[in-house]
Amino acid sequence: MLDNSLSYVTDDGRTIGGVVMEMKNITLRFGGVVAIQDISFDIREGEIRAIIGPNGAGKSSMLNVISGFYVPQEGEVLFHGKKRPPMRPYEVARQGIARTFQNIALFEGMSVLDNVMTGRLNYMKTGLFSQALWKGKAEAEETENREVVERIIDFLEIQHIRKTPVARLPYGLKKRVELARALAAEPKLLLLDEPMAGMNVEEKEDMSRFILDVNDEFGTTIALIEHDMGVVMDLSDRVVVMDYGKKIGDGTPDEVRNNQDVIDAYLGVSHD
Amino acid sequence: MAQMQTGAQGMQSLPALLERNAAQFGSAPAYREKEFGIWQCWTWAETAKEIEALALGLVNLGVNEGDFVAIIGRNRPYLYWSMVAAQAVGAVPVPLYQDAVAEEMAYVLGHCGARFVIVGDQEQADKVIEIQDQLHQFEHMIYLDPRGMRKYDHTQLHQFSHIQDQGRAAHDELIGELKKRQAKLDYDSTCVMLYTSGTTGKPKGVVLSNRNVIQSAKNSSEFDHLTQGENILSYLPMAWVGDFIFSIGQAYWCGFCVNCPESQDTMMTDLREIGPTYFFAPPRVFEGQLTNVMIRMEDAGALKRKMFHHFLAHAKKVGGDILDGRPVGMMDRLKYALGNVLVYGPLKDTLGYGRIRVGYTAGEAIGPEIFDFYRSLGINLKQLYGQTEATVFITVQPDGEVRADTVGVPAPEVEIKIDDSGEIHYRSPGTFVEYFNNPESTASTKDAEGWVATGDAGFFEEGSGHLRIIDRAKDVGKMADGSMFAPKYVENKLKFYPDILEAVLFGNGRDRCVAFINIDLTAVGNWAERNNIAYASYQELAGHPQVLESIRSHVTEVNKSVAEDPMLSGCQVHRFVVLHKELDADDGEMTRTRKVRRRIVEEKFDDIITALYDGSEQVSTVTEVTYEDGRKGSIKATLTIVDADVKPGAVHKVAAE
Repeated sequence: MLDNSLSYVTDDGRTIGGVVMEMKNITLRFGGVVAIQDISFDIREGEIRAIIGPNGAGKSSMLNVISGFYVPQEGEVLFHGKKRPPMRPYEVARQGIARTFQNIALFEGMSVLDNVMTGRLNYMKTGLFSQALWKGKAEAEETENREVVERIIDFLEIQHIRKTPVARLPYGLKKRVELARALAAEPKLLLLDEPMAGMNVEEKEDMSRFILDVNDEFGTTIALIEHDMGVVMDLSDRVVVMDYGKKIGDGTPDEVRNNQDVIDAYLGVSHD
Repeated sequence: MAQMQTGAQGMQSLPALLERNAAQFGSAPAYREKEFGIWQCWTWAETAKEIEALALGLVNLGVNEGDFVAIIGRNRPYLYWSMVAAQAVGAVPVPLYQDAVAEEMAYVLGHCGARFVIVGDQEQADKVIEIQDQLHQFEHMIYLDPRGMRKYDHTQLHQFSHIQDQGRAAHDELIGELKKRQAKLDYDSTCVMLYTSGTTGKPKGVVLSNRNVIQSAKNSSEFDHLTQGENILSYLPMAWVGDFIFSIGQAYWCGFCVNCPESQDTMMTDLREIGPTYFFAPPRVFEGQLTNVMIRMEDAGALKRKMFHHFLAHAKKVGGDILDGRPVGMMDRLKYALGNVLVYGPLKDTLGYGRIRVGYTAGEAIGPEIFDFYRSLGINLKQLYGQTEATVFITVQPDGEVRADTVGVPAPEVEIKIDDSGEIHYRSPGTFVEYFNNPESTASTKDAEGWVATGDAGFFEEGSGHLRIIDRAKDVGKMADGSMFAPKYVENKLKFYPDILEAVLFGNGRDRCVAFINIDLTAVGNWAERNNIAYASYQELAGHPQVLESIRSHVTEVNKSVAEDPMLSGCQVHRFVVLHKELDADDGEMTRTRKVRRRIVEEKFDDIITALYDGSEQVSTVTEVTYEDGRKGSIKATLTIVDADVKPGAVHKVAAE
């Protein structure tokens, strides 16, 4: 159950609720390499939570722990207050967690529409046989899911590429299609791994607007990893800063910006 | 004027026509819009209900008779309804160009003193909010798409559907008031106010009455035998008079269906899905489509490509004649029919012209090759000449008398005279009422007898009686040796080359002409790709020696053809530059309808013009540019000046005359 005692209203009028997911003393090792060392933080309902840090800080590993792909050796992940057992990816998806990838992972040969439809997989209940015949229940089900998908296509303004094979799209649009597919799962928690990597200023502005709109319109909780500090500071409600697998800062963008450890990690400091 | 009122059978306002359509064609489609991947449809009966709910909601919000209601957004049924609803409550709809920047909107909204603004989405709402402190009369804004709008302060802001809901809820209380207001509307009430983009100075508000709009719609619909069964695609700016006449005037007069595309980017797909029977486009749309077809044919298989070119050559020979009903031999007809099955039919389908009966192009001159290409396929593409002040129609081309170099004969009920200086004047039922709050301009444009000066110079061709336009009257000048300077004539010849997007000719009062040229990034970019020429920006491509060389050959060709006209041979281009940036409306160099603002360009690039005349081979320049979001920056460039071949003797010949 959510603890709503922490809930507050942001300056721009969104309500941030209680803790959805809590990381408690997470440590993740790959053999002798310690990727994440004793990190704790939480994600609250409705907020945009960013994880930042220099290269190799362990951000993506952290996101994989949140998504359940990695199981940490120590510490526990509480989802809605309950300890989460190790799960398979589809079980994670069923819990209402969806993600996008740092290196785009779409079905290149399929159209945008089909790619986004795959995000609805968990909502398709009819069996293989009736889907193949496409009659009765299967047909109704597809129509229903297509409606949801069309709303997302409209929302992300990708109507003009609906029938275009993904392989023919430029990078910025592929990123948007990936976001569309994640949204099609109607997630409660959306994980974005560097949604703006490799984009130009205009594409970044568009993507930022979409992220804010998703959060605002659907009330989706968003955890994101991003390198572009300007973007992170503008978008996020709270920021976790990592360096060498350790948490070195946590708080609002302003708090983090003025944190001496964070400044040192980003600007470099002599160790003597 | 008396016979016109009977001619319209008492249908003297848009709400009256709407009522008739709902009664007569109640179950026929009136509007379609593609949304969520499906064409959503409203019948005339449903449309009447939607508009009534909106009109009641506007009364409820406090819209008074005589108020101005600004409407900003892309073509959507809801915004068309807004215009009719505004008229129904006795207010005046003022559609604005949606790509205008905030300051431009501030001028127009301030000038008409709009109390209410209806916008399509957050982007437009933000612009109005940005300038609302300058607008003393502004009170309420209604928005259509609620996306991103939730956090906004809603004291002056209302969602479109909520206004309709409030209207429906207050139906019983307000319907009496609405009916009373509607009953007062007649042929003399204002139908709409449209701001002209104005190639010079501030935009002017052209007031058009119901007489102007309905009479023009009626005459033009009869001229082209438009019926209730037509389908059109509405994608041109709602603030443009043409869209108002086609998508509202003629649509309401005939009762045909208006289809709105899903978004700007899907226009071509939507065109194909709808397959309009009646279509209107500026030349650049036809040019763009033709370029696309040619590029795609380059990538097709050898057999297909051969077949395409073979039958296209045949169409070029006889297609136009078949369309115009002139005699054509039996064998040629059979071959054309075969071509229709194999090439023309499928091609027209791909372009979305499979069902087209009448197509128009206007606004700019269209290249003869492009015009003939579409006609040879059997598409009845025609030209018309018009302006906002005439409620579009001045001259039109009747079926069977269509040519690329004229603009046709006077439209029904239009009188035309040409004064001594060659300027065209007209008088018609569509002649505008006045410029809003600008009696001086009204007086200088429209005389006491109702004749309006177009500002264009032209003449009637002997024999055919067709009007030919030379240029803007004020742009026609004299060169130093006294010969005629008609820049548009030369610029159009240049622009007919696919590589050249825009050209500006200078030479008024000088001894020779020079030109600025903008390359077409799509065409030249494609050519660069094929020839393995790498480029990083427009600027780099525009400065490429091979590009300059090919433009030079075009200019030489044009000079040759200009030299053949004894009156205009002085206008040959002696030297030119390919500009480092595209002329852009955001920088004020063009109007929103993409017409070059000659004076502004001349002032802004003064240094380049000087270099063109003083014989230098290069010129360095810094130009300020405005980005889409209103920020400013600058571009530095060194431009190469190119000399073009001039046909020798031609200049002297004229000078001697």
